[in-house]
Amino acid sequence: MPKLVSHPDEVKIVTRRFGQGAANIDKYIELGGYDSAKKCLAQGPDWIINEMKASNLRGRGGAGFPTGMKWSFVPKQSPKAKYVLVNGDESEPGTCKDHLIFLHDPHAVIEGTIIAGLAIGSKLGFIYLRGEYRYLLEIMEKAVADAYAKGFLGKNIFGSDTEFQIITQSGAGAYEVGEESALMESLEGKRGVPRIKPPFPAVVGLYGGPTVINNAETIATVPHVIAMGGEAYAAVGSPRNGGTRLFGVSGHVERPGVYELPMGYNLKKIVYDVAGGVRGGRKLKAVVPGGSSTPVLLPEEIESLGMDFDQVGKAGSMLGSGGVVVIDDQTCIVEFALRTISFYQHESCGWCIPCREGTDWLKKSLTRFHAGFGTAKDIDNIQYLAENMMGRTFCPLGDAAAMPTLGFVKKFRKEFEDHLNGKLCPFAKHTELAVV
Amino acid sequence: MSSETMTIFSPKVAARFDALVQKYPVKRSALVPMLLYAQDEVGYLSDAVIADVAARIGITELEVRNVATYYSMLRFKPAGKFNVQVCTNISCMLRGAYDLFDRFQDELGVGHKGVTPDGVFSLEEVECIGACCWAPAIQVNYDFHDDLTPDQVPAILDTYRGKAKAEGTAAHA
Repeated sequence: MPKLVSHPDEVKIVTRRFGQGAANIDKYIELGGYDSAKKCLAQGPDWIINEMKASNLRGRGGAGFPTGMKWSFVPKQSPKAKYVLVNGDESEPGTCKDHLIFLHDPHAVIEGTIIAGLAIGSKLGFIYLRGEYRYLLEIMEKAVADAYAKGFLGKNIFGSDTEFQIITQSGAGAYEVGEESALMESLEGKRGVPRIKPPFPAVVGLYGGPTVINNAETIATVPHVIAMGGEAYAAVGSPRNGGTRLFGVSGHVERPGVYELPMGYNLKKIVYDVAGGVRGGRKLKAVVPGGSSTPVLLPEEIESLGMDFDQVGKAGSMLGSGGVVVIDDQTCIVEFALRTISFYQHESCGWCIPCREGTDWLKKSLTRFHAGFGTAKDIDNIQYLAENMMGRTFCPLGDAAAMPTLGFVKKFRKEFEDHLNGKLCPFAKHTELAVV
Repeated sequence: MSSETMTIFSPKVAARFDALVQKYPVKRSALVPMLLYAQDEVGYLSDAVIADVAARIGITELEVRNVATYYSMLRFKPAGKFNVQVCTNISCMLRGAYDLFDRFQDELGVGHKGVTPDGVFSLEEVECIGACCWAPAIQVNYDFHDDLTPDQVPAILDTYRGKAKAEGTAAHA
């Protein structure tokens, strides 16, 4: 069972029901659950969207798109049915926040889905969980069944004449399906390859109908935004970055775990204070700030860095999924880069050539390099390959592979050079990794 | 075809599939979960599974294969009764996932995608399983085990060996 952690600096909004048995619907109701959905039902779509806009809540999947604005793009009148799709295909390495939400607060996901449905005028929502999360899917299925039994879902939700249904769905192993258009393909029973945009899902989405797709954390935040009021929620965070974020701190720290901190919270404090510093008294080498696709940051770059979408973007990286991966000074960056790119090579769906070929060549180059067979030209070549993948694919997976690679090569060029001319990796423990 | 007379699945799973194809606005949406649940029961996607699922959804077997080959959890040959999946992605790697994987290899005597001769275990190195903050983590079938050290490996395997034995005895009784 995943361990829950806490720190005095945490502001518990999304996590406030964690560890309190809120997977039980009666407990959830006792803790104020479903009040927000009832309020939204009374207030209507325009009011909901205004609250969401005022909250400055931005997409927690990684792109950081303002949620209220996303909802407002869905046409009011549509000849085709409209859908809400909750993305719980959490697969970005370093990210395990949705895992805890499904485990501890499944009804918050359901309530958020209902509210999204009311906001856009949809009668059907889907909650899609990655296939590996079977025990969490079972928790969600039970929660959905309980919500139906109470009349919170169905033809007449909360005794009104409004209909809203929820279907839970299981994936079967694919990182790419976390991309919104690939997610829709998968839900339609197809290979999870991306669609070209435009048209955007808000206009032509699932089954061709207008669709709102939100990350599970975003959706689980929605009932809290409504309960607090949009402005109060926005006030918790930093400018244009409302509220809190679930930061999953992993890697070489004393106290890894998922911590809920206000947007804009200092990254150095996350590493040294909240997560207890680098494990075993070692020195910090680097931090990956928001899941494996975000460019690595050096210790000096995290000093005064506030963790919100704008500040991390300005620092040349991304807030991404909030998965903070801490790397100590005994780690080989070339090996770390190789493991990162191996993942994207494995997960590339093969639809777009720059990504399919690029990730493959990057993996080959890095493998050779880590084995001590690299040449000085390879370093430039890795950079050249990565630069030519950027922005040339249907979906962001190509960028997700290229961006961290560029970060590693640019910021740790010296360490790459230390692997040249048959020199053994100074940190290598696992030479089998280096066999092509 | 009538699922009662022709299906290769147990009555419980067959009933579940009958409901599943009714659940969505479009029947085909049932395909991916159906393949996974079918694999849970049969052990892998055999030709018979593919044919049965294709008939239930109303698409060709080729279309089913086309989709099934995309998803990494779906397989076309049997794995062990307990499939040990060791995550070696970055967060787990930093906390010793390769040492853990090595220990599983030593204890089981098989490598990546190998199956033990008795068919009880198979071993797989997998990508991120979403347990990064409790690393290193593994899944045995769908069960998570987290915050592991290599020393815990024999005990974990013993637990599942015990389960395999108990289920084997029950099946023969």
